[in-house]
Amino acid sequence: MATILAKFLLLLFTISICNAVTIPTPISDSHRSAALQLFHGSSSSLEETYEALRVFEILALENKPDVSAATCQNVVENLGSSSSLKDLFYALKVNGILKCKVDRAVFQGTASRLKATVNDASTLVDIYYTIGSLVLIKDQAPNVDMLLADADGTFHSIKALSQSDGRWRYSSDNPESSTYAAGLALEALAGVISLASSEIDQSRVNTVKSDILKLFDSIQKYDDGTFYFDEKFGGGREHQGSLSTTSSVVRGVTSFAAVTSGKIDLPGDKVLGLAKFFLGIGVPGSAKDFFNQVESLALLESKRVPIPLVLSLPATVYSLSKKDQLKVTVNTVLGSAAPPLTVKLVRAFHTDAKGSAVIEGKELQYDQSRGLHVLSVFPDNVDVGTYVFVFEIVLHDSGSENDYAIGGQIHVPIYVTGIVKVSNAEIAVLDSDLGSDETQKTLDLAGTDVVSLSANHLQKSRFSFQLTTPHGRAFKPRQVLLKLRHETKYEHIFVVRNTGKKFEIILDFLGLVDKFYYLSGRYDFELTVGDAVMENSFLRPLGHLELDLPEAPEKAARLPPLPVDPYSRYGPKAEIGHLFRAPEKRPPQNVSLAFLILTLLPFIGFLVGLLRLGVNFKNFPSSAVPATYAILFQLGVAAVLLLYVLFWLKLDLFTTLKALGFLGAFLLFVGHRILSHLASTSAKLKSA
Amino acid sequence: MARTSSSSSPSSSSSITKDAQDLLRALWSAYSATPTNLKIIDLYVAFAVFTALLQVVYMALVGTFPFNSFLSGVLSCVGTAVLAVCLRIQVNKENKEFKDLAPERAFADFVLCNVVLHLVIINFLG
Repeated sequence: MATILAKFLLLLFTISICNAVTIPTPISDSHRSAALQLFHGSSSSLEETYEALRVFEILALENKPDVSAATCQNVVENLGSSSSLKDLFYALKVNGILKCKVDRAVFQGTASRLKATVNDASTLVDIYYTIGSLVLIKDQAPNVDMLLADADGTFHSIKALSQSDGRWRYSSDNPESSTYAAGLALEALAGVISLASSEIDQSRVNTVKSDILKLFDSIQKYDDGTFYFDEKFGGGREHQGSLSTTSSVVRGVTSFAAVTSGKIDLPGDKVLGLAKFFLGIGVPGSAKDFFNQVESLALLESKRVPIPLVLSLPATVYSLSKKDQLKVTVNTVLGSAAPPLTVKLVRAFHTDAKGSAVIEGKELQYDQSRGLHVLSVFPDNVDVGTYVFVFEIVLHDSGSENDYAIGGQIHVPIYVTGIVKVSNAEIAVLDSDLGSDETQKTLDLAGTDVVSLSANHLQKSRFSFQLTTPHGRAFKPRQVLLKLRHETKYEHIFVVRNTGKKFEIILDFLGLVDKFYYLSGRYDFELTVGDAVMENSFLRPLGHLELDLPEAPEKAARLPPLPVDPYSRYGPKAEIGHLFRAPEKRPPQNVSLAFLILTLLPFIGFLVGLLRLGVNFKNFPSSAVPATYAILFQLGVAAVLLLYVLFWLKLDLFTTLKALGFLGAFLLFVGHRILSHLASTSAKLKSA
Repeated sequence: MARTSSSSSPSSSSSITKDAQDLLRALWSAYSATPTNLKIIDLYVAFAVFTALLQVVYMALVGTFPFNSFLSGVLSCVGTAVLAVCLRIQVNKENKEFKDLAPERAFADFVLCNVVLHLVIINFLG
């Protein structure tokens, strides 16, 4: 058993590194490594400690952290003191795994305390914790008196909270019912039955069984056969997600099935659907989800309900060229060995031809050494393409069919790839009406040779080739594209259609003149052939074509802008060429300077003339005040002239106007004074 | 008669020049009678006009490129000449229309107008 388990662990390791498939895979090593990361084992909350320890126990992890010393101390403290029911419950759960040294007296004291509170408990959760703790003490301290005196009464009080649709209420004064509570209630009822001193009435047990079946009627499902439980409404306490609700129901049902003698008729497809639900989560991210997933899967494997068997494929892509074999594994949800069985390939059909089957009724061989079911050779009529393979599991021991949940037919999409042969590639330039082959060249598309052709707008070009699968059939890939690229980087893409066996495209240049924007010159051909199942998809330059097109007419559309290379957006832009007005022709500096001096000559002539005329300062006022005014007047005029020079050289109009305002006012005042003085003196002279 | 005819032809050409000279001399002597202040103003006008002519000749030589500068220069000369002529009219004692206007007042107007003219000229000079 251990060696088989080890082999399966190795197989699971290989499974975990292959591509993920849509069908659920059993628990693998990626789960184990995630568990080591999520759970640390030492946490302040006993609930979290218990979850960590239980996960380590189920997954049989080798290098889990050892926290027994600190945790045991915590457990003993909780058992001794009067802690809450929830803490007591989880302390006992932890103790069940760690098996700390606890005094029998402590157990006795706790048990008697719990028995006293059983009858007082009013809510479902309290009853659940109390009964659960008592069951755990019974397992851990066998010689302590555990049995419930009034088991019937407790049974009745739990049952009273049930609803007609199989769900349970949390307490008698809370009308909301919940599926999560149903799980808790079933576990509590199972505990009561195991603790009862006298046998519980069988009819009561049967009513609970029918409650379970009613609960399973309200199960929800996805289209791919996954079943799960979910709360219909918000839920009274906290809203439990579908994972915790489903795992609560699984816990309740499995614990109830463990204590009852007869079997509960759970439909096998629903159990398998529940397994698919848990496996479909993959590797959960939170510790609580991880615990719920792993514990529920472990309980499903515990033989209390039909054990679900999961069929999975390590790879769904098979290569004809590498002569791969179809491999299938069947395991339990935790990755353990399945009972002896045969995997039958009922039918395989191409996704495009659902009616006709390519393979029918084959049995896969079981390879004992690798633990795989293998189809050694694909039959000849399985060519490249996408198929759906339909599998069925048949148990060798037909008597144990009720012990396992197998499910019906399992549909798996399979890709069969291979090397597609490209042959008979021909390219030619044809004269338009005659259709005769002017120049026909064959091309070996497997090699790298290229052709060079030339054509004008009155001709056509024809390109054809054939694609054959490894089994000799015509193949139609998803992409067959011919691209013509002009030297100015304008590209035109054409789809090459297939007619029967051949792929052919005829480019009529007369009709394409407009589409090519009337650009003549060299066009490069490029052929793209690709498909998911083609192992040798290619993008191959075929050569070039010198195309001679007529000139673009006036009204032809302008060339659309080429798509900008996104990396060039942040690069340097083109240099802007500024067009400056040509500067005016200026005279040579000497000429200008000569004329400047010449201009001063009339002024000198003026001064000389003034002197000749006998200009004198005789009329300059002699007395002080008028003299000052006269001087100020002259200075004022000089200042205005100086201001003008400054204005020309550096000042602006507004500054000048401001200064001129002040100067002008000054000049006016002074000028008025001196001129009036002069006028009065001349008037005096005249009168005298 | 031949002598007088022969002597009259050189004298006709020289008489033209003699007449021109006489005319100029008469003008000059009449002009000398004008008062000095008027002569000063006349001299100023002549100076302004000469400067304007020089600028036009320069422009004819090198082209009109900074046309605004050329205009500004020429108009400054012409403007100040015009204002000087106005001043001369107002100051001339023989001018009966402006008998009551004091020459100082006319001079003050002349200065003010020149100030404004040259402000505009300098602004336009560029």
